[in-house]
Amino acid sequence: MVDTLINYLSYPFVRYALIVGVLIALCSSLLGVILVLKRFSYIGDGLSHVAFGAMAIAAVVGLSDRMVLTLPITIICAILLLWTGQNAKIKGDAAIAMISVGALAVGYLLMNIFPTSSNISGDVCSTLFGSMKILTLTKSEVILSIVLSVVVVILFVAFYNRFFAVTFDESFAKAVGTKTNLLNFLIATIIAIIIVLAMNLVGSLLVSALVIFPALSAMRIFKSFRSVTVFSAVLSVICALFGIILSILLNTPVGSTIVVTDIVAFGVCSLIGMIGVRGK
Amino acid sequence: MDQLVCKNLKLGYENITLAEDLSFSVEKGDYLCIVGENGAGKSTLMRTILRLQKPLAGTIEYNDDLTASKIGYLPQQTIVQKDFPASVFEVVLSGCQNSLGKHLFYSKEARKRALANMERLGIADLAKWCYRDLSGGQQQRVLLARALCATEKMLLLDEPVSGLDPMVTLEMYDLIDKLNDEGITIIMISHDIACSVKYAKHVLHIGNDFFFGTVEDYKNSSAGSKYLEGGHHHHHG
Repeated sequence: MVDTLINYLSYPFVRYALIVGVLIALCSSLLGVILVLKRFSYIGDGLSHVAFGAMAIAAVVGLSDRMVLTLPITIICAILLLWTGQNAKIKGDAAIAMISVGALAVGYLLMNIFPTSSNISGDVCSTLFGSMKILTLTKSEVILSIVLSVVVVILFVAFYNRFFAVTFDESFAKAVGTKTNLLNFLIATIIAIIIVLAMNLVGSLLVSALVIFPALSAMRIFKSFRSVTVFSAVLSVICALFGIILSILLNTPVGSTIVVTDIVAFGVCSLIGMIGVRGK
Repeated sequence: MDQLVCKNLKLGYENITLAEDLSFSVEKGDYLCIVGENGAGKSTLMRTILRLQKPLAGTIEYNDDLTASKIGYLPQQTIVQKDFPASVFEVVLSGCQNSLGKHLFYSKEARKRALANMERLGIADLAKWCYRDLSGGQQQRVLLARALCATEKMLLLDEPVSGLDPMVTLEMYDLIDKLNDEGITIIMISHDIACSVKYAKHVLHIGNDFFFGTVEDYKNSSAGSKYLEGGHHHHHG
């Protein structure tokens, strides 16, 4: 088994997959904490479907680098969803359901009308659930992923205190002069970036799991915002590494393997949390 | 000196007017209690003073170097906060966010101020506790300490004792009274009319009746006597 692993690691695309996988896991878990606490989880879910639709359009148009299209569309939708949530003519959750299901349907329809390969169901399946085997990325996708991940981490660290303030108590933050609308838009944009990045790794249907599970696991055990954030990042990276390696060794789809690893970690953390509470 | 002067305020949302023609002023070191029926616009008035929403008409004048961001605010608790994983220190420190300016991280002075305000409210030993594990009274003290980090001049308290048991309620009132004695102006929304009248200096009654004046005058006014009596009946019944 170890031999197989070392053998695989000699391929550049496997190393790329590991690097990008770890970075994506790191970013998604950082923002996951805010997403869960701000009750924005459903936005993440809706956006991943939007990204699927955008991906389908990119495929039909014949773009080699699909992120060029998926990224701006998803960012725009993220801002729109946030904005409609605040000025609710159509109720926030209904708007999200509409946009996300609509994007799914349009995406699938487009892929069928303008087939880009002979294996449509294979294409759809890998867009929804991630690559069948190891993640295969073009070099430009790898570079873009790395750049975007670094940007996300820098933004998160730079705005950490303000993100905390606006997550814990938006009214108070606004009252003392913090620009909460700007921060919310920043959060929405970062979420959109993460979702587009993470879609490559785990597919659009499983993106939410990557974002939510590490945060929820950390919240079971830890008692301060900082420790929750740090632990959630560490846990997410470990699960992603473990999941990717496991998927290579067992020859399983990479996305669902990572998510199952996250689920197991959540179970363990819940158990530790329960024992901790009882011990008090 | 008047810190806050409100003239002919009209409050509400697009098509709904909650209150009209409110004029009152708050001087330095004052203790103003805002009372009135549910839906009379008490919270809306507070949100308007904080510039979280605009008045439909009228003006608010801030004096004594008192920009809206220099007012400490104790909002009612939200559902989000009930299970929020944050330490007491993290929450109190976030009260210093108006002094962040263009900086990304809190300064040493901000940290000192947070610690000092925790000492002041007797929650220094809870610094590392998780906010969600605290009792209702302790949570209110944490939020009060956070508000104090934002200001040394004026505190706006939106029903600070709602949901607290009687003993803790009394402690909370004493604490607020102590802060007022230290020179901080207090504006408080309250349902608990009997207690508010005991501590406050001025009363603003909005809703079906309007009253603004000292507590003594309020007790003798038609609005006040009606309301106070109603309050008493409620207590005994």
